[in-house]
Amino acid sequence: MNEWIQAILNVFTNPTFYKSTLTQSTPLILAAMGGVFSETTGVTNIALEGIMLMGAFGGVMGSYFTGNPWYGLALGTFFGLAMAALHAWASIKYGADQIISGTALILLAQGITGFALVELFGQPGSTDLVRSIPLVDLGSFKDVPFFGQIFGNLSPFVYMAFASVIFGWILIYKTKLGLRMRSVGNNPEAADTLGINVYNVRYFGVIMSGLFAALGGAYLSIGELGQFTTNMTNGRGFIALAAMIIGNWNPVGAMSASLLFGGATAFNNQLQSQSVLNLSTNTQYIFGMIPYIITLIVVAGFIGKSRAPSADGIPYIKE
Amino acid sequence: MNIKKYLLNEKVIISLFSVLISLVIAAIVMIVIGKNPLVAYAALFYGAFGTKEAIIDNIMKASPLILTGLAVGFGFRAGLFNIGANGQVIIGALLSAYVGTLVGAYPFFLSIPLVMIAGMLGGAAWAAIAGWLKAYRGAHEVITTIMLNYVATFIANYVVNGPFQAPGGVPKSPSIAYSAQFPNIMSVGATSLSTIIFVSLAAIVVIYVIIQRTTIGYEVKAVGFNPYAAEYGGISIGKNVVLAMAISGALAGLAGTTQVVGVYGRYFGALSGSMGFDGITIALIGQNDPIGIALAAFLISSIRTGSNQMQIAGVPKDLVVIIQGIIIFLVAANRIIKTIRIRKRKEAEA
Repeated sequence: MNEWIQAILNVFTNPTFYKSTLTQSTPLILAAMGGVFSETTGVTNIALEGIMLMGAFGGVMGSYFTGNPWYGLALGTFFGLAMAALHAWASIKYGADQIISGTALILLAQGITGFALVELFGQPGSTDLVRSIPLVDLGSFKDVPFFGQIFGNLSPFVYMAFASVIFGWILIYKTKLGLRMRSVGNNPEAADTLGINVYNVRYFGVIMSGLFAALGGAYLSIGELGQFTTNMTNGRGFIALAAMIIGNWNPVGAMSASLLFGGATAFNNQLQSQSVLNLSTNTQYIFGMIPYIITLIVVAGFIGKSRAPSADGIPYIKE
Repeated sequence: MNIKKYLLNEKVIISLFSVLISLVIAAIVMIVIGKNPLVAYAALFYGAFGTKEAIIDNIMKASPLILTGLAVGFGFRAGLFNIGANGQVIIGALLSAYVGTLVGAYPFFLSIPLVMIAGMLGGAAWAAIAGWLKAYRGAHEVITTIMLNYVATFIANYVVNGPFQAPGGVPKSPSIAYSAQFPNIMSVGATSLSTIIFVSLAAIVVIYVIIQRTTIGYEVKAVGFNPYAAEYGGISIGKNVVLAMAISGALAGLAGTTQVVGVYGRYFGALSGSMGFDGITIALIGQNDPIGIALAAFLISSIRTGSNQMQIAGVPKDLVVIIQGIIIFLVAANRIIKTIRIRKRKEAEA
């Protein structure tokens, strides 16, 4: 028992845990923000996973061909927008089942990235190493004990993630467009009667989700690593979706849930390396399932209550 | 039954068009990368049907896919999207492997039913969690089954690296009892055709009968078609949602069992790969009809089996995943195809 307290104290007093929480949460926050945008307007988007994957691949591809990781970011974002546009086209214009369309896009993304990986880099598995987006160096702040080690040298994606939360919150709750988004997501018939173009607002929401999810994916590839590996999103799109639900479809809530998930992963990783515990390697699997079980408990309404926009997932067909 | 109506209704046409369009788009992709699509498709066909090994491999791939396709399709019938077939396969395989290691003293006519029941119960219980959460806690089954997939994966990795690990440090379970293993029909080189295909074929018949001829099937369909009307008519929504998920999960669990008792003879952890997602493709192409699903399963298994040969011919085999994605997309947005057909009809009339 004592060694557990010791190990947990070690983890929580180590700045690495906090830095790792931030970096683990960054892709989740960005993708969850994408989910918030899409679902606020009433379009379910389980394709986040696929959009992230395309964003990650586009990032490496652009950086590889131009040598400039910022062009990579642009290409990754473009890929994400294209995927989201496809989802929007099918589910808004053609009233497709949004879950099935999302499933299709996840498969498409896996297929396209796997195919292009072999075609462009000549081998399955992983791409060549490319230049990644440089970290934000805070200079002498790095020498400040504890905080300097956390914040001194972070990826710009981390700042982008938190900026996106502020942006999303202001847009959705403080602007006219946000009011329209919410009304289209809750009662499209009424919004239509008031002269709001339901389709256009939904297109906007879904396409914004492509932008943010692709940024989250690009962080994984050109944020620090500088490489794309097969299926590297590894379910983060689904975790982001869960974070959005736990966060009650609200930008700040989604961010908090993402931080919780990121923190759980960081905690698990740090705990494994605590020599006082001498954990056998398979305990990582037990700890690894905790975020998913938390999600199940929250979705089931045992803790708190999350409520989706009323018209979320229902196609709107104009009479 | 009117055969012509059965063969050429709107749904069948949408499936056929979706498959055709996806193959054409894939052909265009091949031309873009400078490969001859005819050569690639010929290689694909040869890889799927060209040799005895290929055909056996094809049937062995189709067997579990028929079951996961039926699983997802049965869920769709009840208005449920079971995206968690993967998790149910994993748990079903785990339980049947565990029971399989215990039944060494029993004759085959006891041990084989026991492992099959264990697999079905495992999958059914895993899926019923999502069914219960949906029926009584209002949690959407898509989210819960995705989460349960991950939990299942972690459980699988835990047990084959710990309590259920065979000596030797490799992440795999001990081998199951000989009496619990399904016999092979024939072997060509290293590939064997196992009798597990008969399990899948029997499941097609059983599910067909359940859907068409039983009260359970009628109630489940009624809930899927219009839950409020069904409830008004005295059918319990909650009970049928849980039951439909359990039946769906039992089929997926059985798919896991077939891999343990007919292919590996042991449990390898979360190796279910893409069976669950393939099940979604198959159920959609097969339009949730048991016979349609069987045909769709053979289509997907053929494409997957042939893809290795296509890769040798210079086209990365991930192309088949793209093809699957396009098919699902087109079936989802079936109004795209309907619109194209109406436009063509109008042009023809003009």
